[in-house]
Amino acid sequence: MKTNNLITRRNILIAGVTSFGGLLLSGCSRKLPPTYGNILRMGDTLTYAAHHALLPDQALAREYSQKDISSFPAIGTTDPGDPNNPKSSEIYRHLQRGGFADWRISIAGLVAQPGLYSLADLKRFPSRTQITRHTCEEGWSAIGEWTGVPLSRVLDAAGMLPTARFVTFYSYDDWADSIDMLDALHPQTILAYGMNGRDLSIPHGAPVRLRVERQMGYKSMKYLERIVVTEELDDGGEKGNIQNGWSWYAGI
Amino acid sequence: MAELQSAVQTDKTGHARWVRISHWIVTLSFLTLAFTGIVILMAHPRLYWGEVGNDLTPALLELPISRNHRHGGWDKTVAFFENAASPVSANRTYDIFNKNGWGRSLHFLVAWLLVLTGGIYLLAGLFTGHFRRHIVPRRTELSPKVLLGDMLDHARLRIRTATVGPHYGVLQKYTYFAVVFLVLPLAVVTGLAMSPAIAAAIPLLPGILGGFQSARTIHFVTFVLLMLFLLVHVLMIIKSGFKRQMRAMTIGDKNED
Repeated sequence: MKTNNLITRRNILIAGVTSFGGLLLSGCSRKLPPTYGNILRMGDTLTYAAHHALLPDQALAREYSQKDISSFPAIGTTDPGDPNNPKSSEIYRHLQRGGFADWRISIAGLVAQPGLYSLADLKRFPSRTQITRHTCEEGWSAIGEWTGVPLSRVLDAAGMLPTARFVTFYSYDDWADSIDMLDALHPQTILAYGMNGRDLSIPHGAPVRLRVERQMGYKSMKYLERIVVTEELDDGGEKGNIQNGWSWYAGI
Repeated sequence: MAELQSAVQTDKTGHARWVRISHWIVTLSFLTLAFTGIVILMAHPRLYWGEVGNDLTPALLELPISRNHRHGGWDKTVAFFENAASPVSANRTYDIFNKNGWGRSLHFLVAWLLVLTGGIYLLAGLFTGHFRRHIVPRRTELSPKVLLGDMLDHARLRIRTATVGPHYGVLQKYTYFAVVFLVLPLAVVTGLAMSPAIAAAIPLLPGILGGFQSARTIHFVTFVLLMLFLLVHVLMIIKSGFKRQMRAMTIGDKNED
């Protein structure tokens, strides 16, 4: 009995040490989000490292059927063209007036062919439609159908360089946020131009928003303006989550 | 029963050090999780059942715990589809209370502390025989008559001045068993089920709980149960000799008789 107990205990210890080692190793081979010595950000980083060490890299978020589509609140910025909005954009207002015909998204940074893509350019790529759950950090959830181009297609077309590790997004309502390559190349990460079978409406991020289905809603940035591929993590400075007191990684 | 009594009198051990340390780490974690949990809930004090729930869908329960309670700050609704039963969209026009930036990060940081301490506690409890000897009710304690007797004693607040250390009463064992093996694990599992990354990797997790919002609601129920437990636990400590019990659980006094 005693011997049995000892062996089991030792096995568990070994199993524990090995998985913790795995966690540390993956932490070293990956670039982790900055913590700036803040204990809360250290917790976020631990969660990020643990998720990437323990969860399958390319697991797909659940996709629902059309009858599951639900009512969907629009929060945060609901119209960057509204001059009463403190984060309003003159350029967005102009684009909005022209039905977004002049809208171009720029892809720059670590790509062989930086360039500008119009809405029509994005629609020429093979599209993906997915009915997924949007989970807001506030506590509510909603199911919507999103149509767009997988980000990986666009990055491919732009000739992403092998040193690329992160993709940073900038929006017309003055936010900046980034995701790692696992999420950037994930099949469900799309630049969405359609919602529930129609063009994406202004409250939900027209003309194009990001969908990052394995993270909280706030990573699915609305009103996309430009995309920059980088090697180092760009926390977005004062336009980003970390300096505004939010976790960069929102898979939890 | 006589056999139990003599066991209590002859066993002079107090609470093991690892029990005392993990007890207070879990206590501290739980209180922080409860506090940050309330802060998080205040951002959206509505509970639902199923996968979906938001201000544009009916709630199971609305809690009057922040200015966000029925704030009513919504623009006119716009239907997504042509039919009458179409789901809708609406713009929020109200500046809500939201401290989730630090609230959520602190909640998750402390959750790590609880899960790691809890994991070590469960392994230690299993291998030292602590669970078998002190927590899991003995065969005689499974009898409804014994349980009923102890329940009546508690209802009349006839709490015997306890010996210090892990020689628990019948109802006490049932309660600790439920907290350690059912409620706390359920709190952890429902918490994990709310993570979109974990839900993608293990769809079964939110699935068996009835969906994301069901997991969130059950998570809240575990908080209520644990708060009730805490209340009764502290009351029982007071009734059975507060000073003695606190000394036993901190510096680790042993029985002297």
